[in-house]
Amino acid sequence: MLLNKLSTFSQLNSQIKLMEFPRIIYGSLFYKKKLHSVATTNEKIHNEETTKTMNMYQAINNALEIILEKDSNSVIFGEDVAFGGVFRCTVGLKNRFGNDRVFNTPLSEQGIVGFGIGLANQGITSIGEIQFADYIFPALDQLINEAAKMRYRSGGMFDCGKLTIRTPCSAVGHGALYHSQSPEAYFAHTAGLKVVMPRGPIQAKGLLLSCAEEPDPCIVFEPKVLYRSTSDQVPLEDFKIPLGKAEVVRKGDSITLIGWGTLVHVLLEVADLVEKKIGATCEVLDIMTILPWDTETVCESVRKTGRVVIAHEAPLTNGFGSEIAAVVQEKCFLNLEAPIQRVTGWDTPFPLVYEPLYLPDKWRCFNVIEKTLKY
Amino acid sequence: MTLFKFSRLLSFVSKPIVQQKLNLSSEPQFLGIKSKYTDQLKFVNSDNYESIPIYRILSTSNEKDLPVKLEEETLIKMYKNMIRITVMDKILYESQRQGRISFYMTNSGEEAVQIGSASALTSNDVIYAQYREAGVLMWRGFKYSQFLNQCFSNFEDPGKGRQMPVHYGSKELNFMTVSSPLTTQMPQASGAAYALKLKKQKACVVCYFGDGGASEGDFHPALNFAATLDCPVIFICRNNGYAISTPVTEQYRGDGIAARGPAYGISTTRVDGNDILAVHHVTQAARDYCINNMKPVLIEAMTYRIGHHSTSDDSTAYRPSEEINIWTQHSPISRFRQYLEKLGLWSEAQETEFQKLTLQEFMKEFSIAEKKLKLDWREMFTDVYKEMPSHIEEQMKNLEDHLKKYGEHYPLKDYKST
Repeated sequence: MLLNKLSTFSQLNSQIKLMEFPRIIYGSLFYKKKLHSVATTNEKIHNEETTKTMNMYQAINNALEIILEKDSNSVIFGEDVAFGGVFRCTVGLKNRFGNDRVFNTPLSEQGIVGFGIGLANQGITSIGEIQFADYIFPALDQLINEAAKMRYRSGGMFDCGKLTIRTPCSAVGHGALYHSQSPEAYFAHTAGLKVVMPRGPIQAKGLLLSCAEEPDPCIVFEPKVLYRSTSDQVPLEDFKIPLGKAEVVRKGDSITLIGWGTLVHVLLEVADLVEKKIGATCEVLDIMTILPWDTETVCESVRKTGRVVIAHEAPLTNGFGSEIAAVVQEKCFLNLEAPIQRVTGWDTPFPLVYEPLYLPDKWRCFNVIEKTLKY
Repeated sequence: MTLFKFSRLLSFVSKPIVQQKLNLSSEPQFLGIKSKYTDQLKFVNSDNYESIPIYRILSTSNEKDLPVKLEEETLIKMYKNMIRITVMDKILYESQRQGRISFYMTNSGEEAVQIGSASALTSNDVIYAQYREAGVLMWRGFKYSQFLNQCFSNFEDPGKGRQMPVHYGSKELNFMTVSSPLTTQMPQASGAAYALKLKKQKACVVCYFGDGGASEGDFHPALNFAATLDCPVIFICRNNGYAISTPVTEQYRGDGIAARGPAYGISTTRVDGNDILAVHHVTQAARDYCINNMKPVLIEAMTYRIGHHSTSDDSTAYRPSEEINIWTQHSPISRFRQYLEKLGLWSEAQETEFQKLTLQEFMKEFSIAEKKLKLDWREMFTDVYKEMPSHIEEQMKNLEDHLKKYGEHYPLKDYKST
């Protein structure tokens, strides 16, 4: 049943409309043309009774509403969430569910996460928001030393599995150092946490609904550039996308392209470019869950294609691409026809005016893919 | 388009500013402050107001008409538990010196804070402790065998031998498992208290911490969240004068920890932490207030850390032994004993007998706990997540294969095997 649903969703997902997305993310000065094509709609799947067109923030809002609706022991809290949130993700929820369940906290990230752990200890489904992923660092101690280790250190007596932390991440065109970071790799090094990053409205809703019920503490990184730039026919029902599963977003034979979040859209467009210019087909994977990640789906694809390019916005050194590359070379050594390549942000802080040159955009990806194919 | 925008900007700049006579109200209108204007320039500091006084009951003069009414049986139980802590501390401290357990932290001098507060609570109240609160667990019914199993990390340790000694926890007794990072438990306690409020339970959360821990970042949101979100939580600070070697004079310059409470809008009091009855009374009053008003309370219990910080510390390196001697004479145990003797509830003979029996009981449990094996080594890999993910399972199998080949180089005989 679940599998059927999932395959429907992935088909649905091909309808993603990337409207103003490229201009927002890369700046119109550098790219006159859209970087990403608008996928064609599929009339057969389109069903106005069971789905609704939503952008990503609306899909998240919808998921949060479902959580609050079905679980009376659930709360949403963070900085400025009561009036609807600075990205509109919590709009209308306070009015519907009351100030006891949707509330502002004082401005303290370590407080938000610590407070959420305490709520979760007492069995409350607690969805905390950190306003930007760049500001999650004051809460690292609570996340890494406390949330992640609570079940383990208490021998399973206590846990904070009902805690989910949502936070907007990644580039937005002009976010500079502290409104652009992709800190997933810091958390991928922490046993006990689950870390996800959706690429669009359907994934955002399905993954968030999973995280809320997951018996382990979860962090959802939401690429903020996608909040308004992507829209899907999102199923209105309560559905889940299982954690720890990657998705083959496009089938191909010549090379495996691995990304998550915003980069999946870049890779999809690069796949078109590669097909057009080189005539090779790319298999594009969205790993969706960073920790624990789906080695099986990734290795299966690599065994078929023999070539891998991993792309992420975060810096290269010790980025999550390193982990994927190491595991893939260990498990698929005999299948690899070329060195595994990583196209990532540079090992610098995330800069303001240099953003178009910092990001692993489609031309940087294309260049590396071309070299890998010709290796 | 550009011109239009520019002209708008111009018109904005050139618009004449109407000079209105500002209506300066005599009451300030600033958001979030209830204050008044003054024409006197004055800086507020700790010299401007009195230090928060220390509440005590067991004074040297008049102890006949006490504000706390406790059954004789309860008084004796409280005293016995204080003695039981000292016996346990003495043996476990020595056993660490002999290398039989890896680490220990004593409670000397702080028994009254622990037993006095614990005895004023109910088992529905949730405890978030730091690490020097063994007496709270003991009062709730944690057995010697349970303390020992944790310290020896044997197969009966509910923490499965993963944490250092004295990191106790008990689901049954509503005592959250202790972790080493200081003060992380404080905002968690506020969150747990909010949960109790949501679930409309007639209970509160009690969160213990030290004077040193109060300098941590987490202290601040814990109190601020508890105040702004109206959480029924009692914060109990054990101000024992030292954080390892750092005296409180190097920890803060204000009027201790208590003075910070009102700044957060939290009802606060300071108590003589060596006076078990005063601690009990204050905690009881705090609990009533907390639950009836759904608001937090801060209690600063003034005490003295008589023992070393831990078994890894020699405190005579940074404090004079005369200082320790003074506080040993005024220890909470001796003060309470004097009181009980005055009431005719305790005597030298009872003391000797009880000490002897307690020691025997503890040593019996000690030898049992020491002999127990550790859990199966595979427990190293469980409970990281609720379900074991495939990559951790793979690592467990990896170690299994390794041990098949090289097991002789590992202390496998100390662990249970499946």
